[in-house]
Amino acid sequence: MQLALSAEDQKFREEMRTFFTTEVSEDIRRAVIEGRELSKEQIVESQQTLNKAGLAVPHWPTEWGGQDWSDLQRHIWNEEMQRAGVPTPLAFNASMIGPVIAQFGSQEIKERFLPKTANLDIWWSQGFSEPDAGSDLASLRTTAVKDGDDWVVNGQKTWTTLGQHGDWIFTLVRTDPDVKKQAGISMLLIDMTSPGLTVRPIELIDGGHEVNEVWFEDVRVPADNMVGELNSGWTIAKFLLGNERVGVAPVGTTKRVLARAKSLAGERASEPLLAARIAELENDLLALELTALRVVAHSADGEPHPASSVLKLRGTELQQAVSELMVDLAGPASIASGAGADSALEEWTHHTTPTYLNLRKASIYGGSNEIQRQIIARTILGL
Amino acid sequence: MDFTYDDEQNALRDAVRGLLTKAYGDFEQRRQTTKADPGFSEKTWTQMAEMGLLGLPFSEDDGGVGAGPVEIAIVCQELGRVVAPEPYVTAVVLAGGLVQACGSAEQRSELLGSLASAERLLAFAHDEPGSRWAPTASAVTATDDGGSWSLSGTKEPVVQGARAETLVVSARLPDGGTGLFVVDGEAATRSAYPTYDGGRVAKVVLDATPATPLGEPGRDLTDSIATILDLGRIMVGNQAIGAMEVALAQTTSYLKSRKQFGVPLSTFQALTFRAADMYVSLELATSLVQWATMVVESGDAVAVRDAAARAGLQVSRAGRHVGQEAIQLHGGIGMTAEYAVGSYMSVLTMLEHLLGDGSHHLGGLAERVTDHEDLDPLAIA
Repeated sequence: MQLALSAEDQKFREEMRTFFTTEVSEDIRRAVIEGRELSKEQIVESQQTLNKAGLAVPHWPTEWGGQDWSDLQRHIWNEEMQRAGVPTPLAFNASMIGPVIAQFGSQEIKERFLPKTANLDIWWSQGFSEPDAGSDLASLRTTAVKDGDDWVVNGQKTWTTLGQHGDWIFTLVRTDPDVKKQAGISMLLIDMTSPGLTVRPIELIDGGHEVNEVWFEDVRVPADNMVGELNSGWTIAKFLLGNERVGVAPVGTTKRVLARAKSLAGERASEPLLAARIAELENDLLALELTALRVVAHSADGEPHPASSVLKLRGTELQQAVSELMVDLAGPASIASGAGADSALEEWTHHTTPTYLNLRKASIYGGSNEIQRQIIARTILGL
Repeated sequence: MDFTYDDEQNALRDAVRGLLTKAYGDFEQRRQTTKADPGFSEKTWTQMAEMGLLGLPFSEDDGGVGAGPVEIAIVCQELGRVVAPEPYVTAVVLAGGLVQACGSAEQRSELLGSLASAERLLAFAHDEPGSRWAPTASAVTATDDGGSWSLSGTKEPVVQGARAETLVVSARLPDGGTGLFVVDGEAATRSAYPTYDGGRVAKVVLDATPATPLGEPGRDLTDSIATILDLGRIMVGNQAIGAMEVALAQTTSYLKSRKQFGVPLSTFQALTFRAADMYVSLELATSLVQWATMVVESGDAVAVRDAAARAGLQVSRAGRHVGQEAIQLHGGIGMTAEYAVGSYMSVLTMLEHLLGDGSHHLGGLAERVTDHEDLDPLAIA
């Protein structure tokens, strides 16, 4: 048992902190810290700055731009990035399809996609959920039927986050309707400019346009755009969702927002009720961060530790709780979400309620928190 | 940053677990032991002494082993796992720890050597009617009559206060501040009674009772008491973690074996989800307790105070959650004294109220909440 970081890891941490706070655009970081929405250009710029320094996809294989880091160093990289207000690399690229292609793709697909994926030259969207396939993902009904050298895709995907920016979409499709539902699924990479593919916005309760429906009407996809073997899509999806759960607890970001809440509260932070609420949140976050460190220390060969479900579950609950605290701090000003530059209210207050409403998503995506409870009950407790 | 035990620590855990499984592996053994005075097993206590556990925190010069907080924590976790009634934290960590921290060389060698060998039981007589976990004393006062000290007032509840040969008593000093005194158990008027968790506590009445100052006479030892209480809180947290682990294991095992409506209870998601939430509470509390144990090694009293409060708060929340749900998920059987799980909740409740409950710790943390921007566990060297 040893509390302190090794000298090497301490140095690594300082290097990360220095890079993130000096090399990434101050404007972008301030926008993140102040809770404003980022433009596509800002997200791309930030990821390209990271990628140039080898910091966009450190968890990929080294031949495709990854770093030979320990799990603890990856954790430090992630935490310091969030702490500094650097937008984390686009999850669809860096955490989802990149590792999948590196693991399951042919050499041709790797060469074609991985460098551009790391550099966000291609913006990926995720084509998993459907209107009738949410947590029960294997029930998906979008079909792909072979026609000559092409697959012809028909169906509908939904909850496609930032699909309005997407260049390509990695899509789970049903390629065999006659077998057990998990056994008839494959993964296709689909160019979003293909004829027959339509992206339609879904307006959310925060007033924003973050997610979309994606419709496929006789969309033709070349056969060599399949990742992995025919009908092996469920294995790939489980691999991808397992990765998604790791690092899905945004401890660094939540800590930063809580520290900001405390600073914005000023003298009110010493009022007993508020002080107790903040102190309890800080304690819960500390427990979560330490649990993340324990999971990092014990995960072997990149396999997610089963307790990573705890991180997703509790991490999103705390993220939501801190966003709720921000609304309460803003008080009546929290109503004024549409206020413009001439508003007499403090600017931070405008964003509190939309953020709070938006973050209800956190306990739903990435395997809903009920799915995480099921994983804990089954995998860890054997129930 | 490393949360794993080394080989020697693993061996210690296995040895302690072996000893305690023999003593209390069958819950009925604990039940029988706690029915009769003194409420714990003298035999097990002696075996713990033979294994070196009772001298674990003390220096070798004083008849101890000179082990660190991680080793003490391992013992506490194992005691918690079988809800052992032996007064390890109160006698060794608190009373012994105070003798080690404040006693003269002579007092240390006399008291700690015999504590470590199980020849002498120490009790820490600190709580007073109306007190709430402060490191100070007020109801018991010390009088200095030309270098001859005596104490008057009442201490209650004192864990194993009637069984202990020697009491370490906190008392208000003539010039203010709180001092510590060694009092012969026989010299005080003691009445013992059992507690809901199977333990024994006593009312200790002092009436111009002769007492020997621990260490230099007349010195205010409030800070030393506070530091030892903080260490005790972290060790109690370790004990609670052990108890919670087993309470959860008992619950999951029961959900798998108990059938209602013709199917095992584990087929009902309403129940398995609650077990999953118990696991989450336990994991988070474990992380904080392990971290706090490592903070003790840093030796910084301010950092230890903070860590003790943080671990105390998390263990309070988790202990109540796990204890309450363990009984609820068992149903009626969990209410019975014959069945183990209810005793786990009793012990968790006792442990939380021994050295400070969740509200107590949260109050302290809330007062200090504006002292820092954020918390950085990796910054502590």
